[in-house]
Amino acid sequence: MTALGFPILSLMLAVPLAAAIVCLFVGDRAARWTALIATLVDLALGIVMWLGYDIGGAQWQFTEHVDLFGRFAYALGIDGIALMLIMLSVFLMPICIGASWDAIKTRVGLYMACFLLMETLMIGVFAAQDLFLFYIFFEAGLIPMYLIIGIWGGTNRIYASYKFFLYTLLGSVLMLIAMMWMVAQAGTTDIPTLMQYDFPAGAQTWLWLAFFASFAVKMPMWPVHTWLPDAHVQAPTAGSVILAGVLLKMGGYGFLRFSLPMFPDASAQFMWLIFALSMVAVVYTSLVALVQSDMKKLIAYSSVAHMAIVTAGLFAFNQQGIEGAIMVMLGHGLVSGALFLCVGVIYDRLHTREIARYGGLAINMPRYALFFMLFTMASVGLPGTSNFVGEFLGIMGIYQASSWVAFICTTGIILGAAYMLYLYRRVVFGELVHDDVRAMPDLSVREWALLAPIAAAVLWMGVYPESFLAPIRGDVTALTARLAASAPAGDAQLTIGKPSLTEKGAALHDATGGQGH
Amino acid sequence: MIQLIVFLPLLAAIVAGLGNRMIGNVPAKLVTTGALIVSCALSWPIFLGFVAGGASESVTPLLQFLKSGGLDVSWSLRVDTLTAVMLVVVTSVSSLVHVYSWGYMEEDPDQPRFFAYLSLFTFAMLMLVTADNLVQMFFGWEGVGLASYLLIGFWFKKPSANAAAIKAFVVNRVGDLGFMLGIFGTFLVFGTVSIPDILAAAPGMAGSSISFLGMRLDTMTILCLLLFVGAMGKSAQLGLHTWLPDAMEGPTPVSALIHAATMVTAGVFMVCRLSPMFETAPVAQGFVIFIGAATCLFAATVATTQTDIKRVIAYSTCSQLGYMFFAAGVGAYGAAMFHLFTHAFFKALLFLGAGAVIHAMHHEQDMRYYGGLRKKIPITFWVMVAGTLAITGVGIPGMGIGFAGFWSKDAILESAFAAGGDGQVAFLVGAFAALLTSFYSWRLIFLTFFGKPRWAASEHIQHALHDDHHLDGHAHGDNPPAQEDAGHDPARHGVGSDQVADGSGGYTPHEAPWVMLVPILVLAVGAVFAGQLFHHAFVDAEGGLAFWNGSLAFDAHLAHASHEVPSWVLFTPLVVMLIGLWIAYNNYIRDPDAPRRFTEMFGPLYAFLLNKWYFDELYNAIFVRPAFWLGRVLWQRGDVGLIDRFGPDGAARAVQGGSVLTGRLQSGYLYTYALVMLLGLAGLATWAMVRF
Repeated sequence: MTALGFPILSLMLAVPLAAAIVCLFVGDRAARWTALIATLVDLALGIVMWLGYDIGGAQWQFTEHVDLFGRFAYALGIDGIALMLIMLSVFLMPICIGASWDAIKTRVGLYMACFLLMETLMIGVFAAQDLFLFYIFFEAGLIPMYLIIGIWGGTNRIYASYKFFLYTLLGSVLMLIAMMWMVAQAGTTDIPTLMQYDFPAGAQTWLWLAFFASFAVKMPMWPVHTWLPDAHVQAPTAGSVILAGVLLKMGGYGFLRFSLPMFPDASAQFMWLIFALSMVAVVYTSLVALVQSDMKKLIAYSSVAHMAIVTAGLFAFNQQGIEGAIMVMLGHGLVSGALFLCVGVIYDRLHTREIARYGGLAINMPRYALFFMLFTMASVGLPGTSNFVGEFLGIMGIYQASSWVAFICTTGIILGAAYMLYLYRRVVFGELVHDDVRAMPDLSVREWALLAPIAAAVLWMGVYPESFLAPIRGDVTALTARLAASAPAGDAQLTIGKPSLTEKGAALHDATGGQGH
Repeated sequence: MIQLIVFLPLLAAIVAGLGNRMIGNVPAKLVTTGALIVSCALSWPIFLGFVAGGASESVTPLLQFLKSGGLDVSWSLRVDTLTAVMLVVVTSVSSLVHVYSWGYMEEDPDQPRFFAYLSLFTFAMLMLVTADNLVQMFFGWEGVGLASYLLIGFWFKKPSANAAAIKAFVVNRVGDLGFMLGIFGTFLVFGTVSIPDILAAAPGMAGSSISFLGMRLDTMTILCLLLFVGAMGKSAQLGLHTWLPDAMEGPTPVSALIHAATMVTAGVFMVCRLSPMFETAPVAQGFVIFIGAATCLFAATVATTQTDIKRVIAYSTCSQLGYMFFAAGVGAYGAAMFHLFTHAFFKALLFLGAGAVIHAMHHEQDMRYYGGLRKKIPITFWVMVAGTLAITGVGIPGMGIGFAGFWSKDAILESAFAAGGDGQVAFLVGAFAALLTSFYSWRLIFLTFFGKPRWAASEHIQHALHDDHHLDGHAHGDNPPAQEDAGHDPARHGVGSDQVADGSGGYTPHEAPWVMLVPILVLAVGAVFAGQLFHHAFVDAEGGLAFWNGSLAFDAHLAHASHEVPSWVLFTPLVVMLIGLWIAYNNYIRDPDAPRRFTEMFGPLYAFLLNKWYFDELYNAIFVRPAFWLGRVLWQRGDVGLIDRFGPDGAARAVQGGSVLTGRLQSGYLYTYALVMLLGLAGLATWAMVRF
């Protein structure tokens, strides 16, 4: 059971689910309030859980287990990594509801129900300890998102939701087959047990590829990323926030929870594939982001570039790489969510995402300009913001695996600065030339209340990341220990010069370097 | 104490920045300026403690920062001699610039923001110089980059300012790429990012080798080179210098503080801080000498042809930074830091003086429209002369009398000569650059303050003479239309028709207010006496060893040898300075038509220099335009043309024809699809459960 005396994870799943059902049957106003209260309750529960989480304690905490039919069990439980991702989800959820407060005017009840259902499914993904339970949560998450894009999306929403659907379904079928084989082989559906199970090396290859098909799409990795820009562009603001903030993290979570610990040999074997795709993604999508004229597309492409750092970091097989990757997931979840909110703020006023239609917003929307600047800088990976911590650790880990990959990934920081600052300049700086832009009011209290908490979190994570690193440390250590046997050596191959030479060099230094120290 | 010095500016920046219009101009200015003056007042005792001897280094831990595996980084504040030097430079110049900006920015509608940025910059710079580990140094490094970006683009309505701001940030990021890889490599090799630990372990790594990008290289060489690339970006060294002249788009106080005295010297500081590392990598040192000397020469040649007063000083800064680097390259870190120290005073002085001239000339920055200002703004004239005497290194060798630049530049040249090898080449280049320095500095003085007024042709002056719409512009609180807009009171300019004939156009320039002049005068004191007062501690063999106390790799042998150089070496700087002065006098006072004849005779050379060796054009052609082109190709041909065409769109066509599918989706089958999917999933899973 749990340390708190009540099944907190089930409660966190149940609250939004119950609220979702309520939302279907009440009026617009009531639906909004129901959704907001339910998500805030879940946030409060999340905080309770975080405070109750015993860092350095058992690997799996708050576990619940109810046997159902066959080997299928309702098994929940979290480790530090899942805790952090659940916190991210419950933190972003009330913000999403707030962002939809005025923007959604049709079928509000259904909309709120979709979001609440999504929250249940997201928490379920991170909390599931049973393979098939995970699968159901993982794939069902598609449905509310599919509806959100398909019903409340932009003009080209059908194409976008179709593309989204097609890509993800393809991967999930392969994953399901792999899971069935795994259960037959290992005789259990328990994820913690499977994480310790040694699959035969030959089978690992195929299993890894099947999971890869699903996770690569969810990440998304190049070249299966093209659904993301379309989905973002068509999705309503809150849909984009949750898509970028949480759904994109499911791929990374999948790699962490399945591919790496369950198939370590295959992971090492396919390291080159991940690295190659990640390198291509960083450069390719950054360049594509540079030429976008649609704000949301630009941020969507930048997401693909950031997620490439996650995949490369995860497959660096060392503590810094994996912890960095997780921090990028968290940081990117906050920052790209906030950037989509920033786009939403001005989209709500002018109903266009065309960058060229804006300009000079620093004049009439200074508070907005400040928030947008903070999130732009965070996206660029400025030290003191969340994304720096992740990118720095991640690439530091990658460097130990391969200097080439680290070098290419680091070029992303140059291109990232270029496309984000170029975007910011076109939207916020310059003269106010359009009268309708001039008439746009600054942030309302509601909008301010949505952005300020994210800003605080971004700075907190950037200045004192220990709060977020401490819970995941033990789990990453366990993972690297599990991977140690398979981890390939890095390309640095440091060789100390001959001892005599070193001494001579040191002596030489003492002589010429003077008595400076 | 040190916490106060570092965090007061941050606190002030937050108050002024977030308070902004709520608290109003004067409180915002008071808070920031006050904080800086307190910081400055607290910094000097620390510095003087190190000069007097007896003070010892300390590290004040603040908070855990990054901890991951073997990496353990804390926020902490390190104070040793090297930091103390930077503390006084940063807080002194910053507080003076804060005061100066009260006058210079007086009519700007956005003053709290400006002062908040200035204080934010100071905080980041202080974090940089107090860093005890490479990650915190990188934090400060990027923080000053952010502040620089914000201040260059302060007048955000100007397209040119925005472009310059982005350019500064992105070019610096190229340097950061090297810096970051350097940090990663250092961590890989030493297992730590703590600077003292790295420096202690560095000699043990000499002679080891490592693979980098498939190449087998000497470990210390590649690490130092990577870190130095970072320094090149921040300190605008040849190749990564292109952002600095454009950065002059920022208000002039910013140029003085960030792009002359402090931020751009961060690269020199970094090399000095890591000097024991560089001492183990002779190849990297050679590269530092090469880049330093090349920049020194390149920037000086360009400075001789520029007509914008701020750009001349900007290239001059670039060139002086080159001196500092080749000094560091030859191992004369004390001399490099000494020049950094004196340069901060006289270059800030020159910039603030230029600001006073621009202020007097109604935002005109083109020296071709100056002339004859000596009598109109005498105080500005005399302090600019003091700055020029300092930068050109006027002094009498052997007598021990001279302006600040005399002590530091001569120390660099003598050390370079004494070091031998590459150093002697650097000495020759440096001596020639000193000639050019003297020429362009005196050219600036002569063009600005001597000769006949040439003001009438200036658009800005014309603008001032017809102040009606100028007043309108200010009433709207507009940003400057094209050029710098400093605080300026048009009503103070008397317009007399009888003065039109003399080229003044009837315009009367006025001396800047005292709030601007006092900081300049304080800096002038520094420019005159800083060398005299501190040379013993910074560069003398015995004094330096005690003063630096291990905070950089002070080479007492080299310091000693630099005093033993032949006397022709001692007198070279003086002689080339006089030659430069003579050429400038000849061309701009005695025979003002001479430059025109010269440029006609050497047209291509002149064009080459005027266009700054065509670096911008080159970079545009090989980096900027191809990046955009490639982006479009990858998007249209890659994503749309290949991936989508054969991916999802192809699938739709193959399965049942895209139009049919889309049609069915649109006609309300959406729910059906979702339902089918959910049922399918559930059914499949159930089947699986029961079966196993």
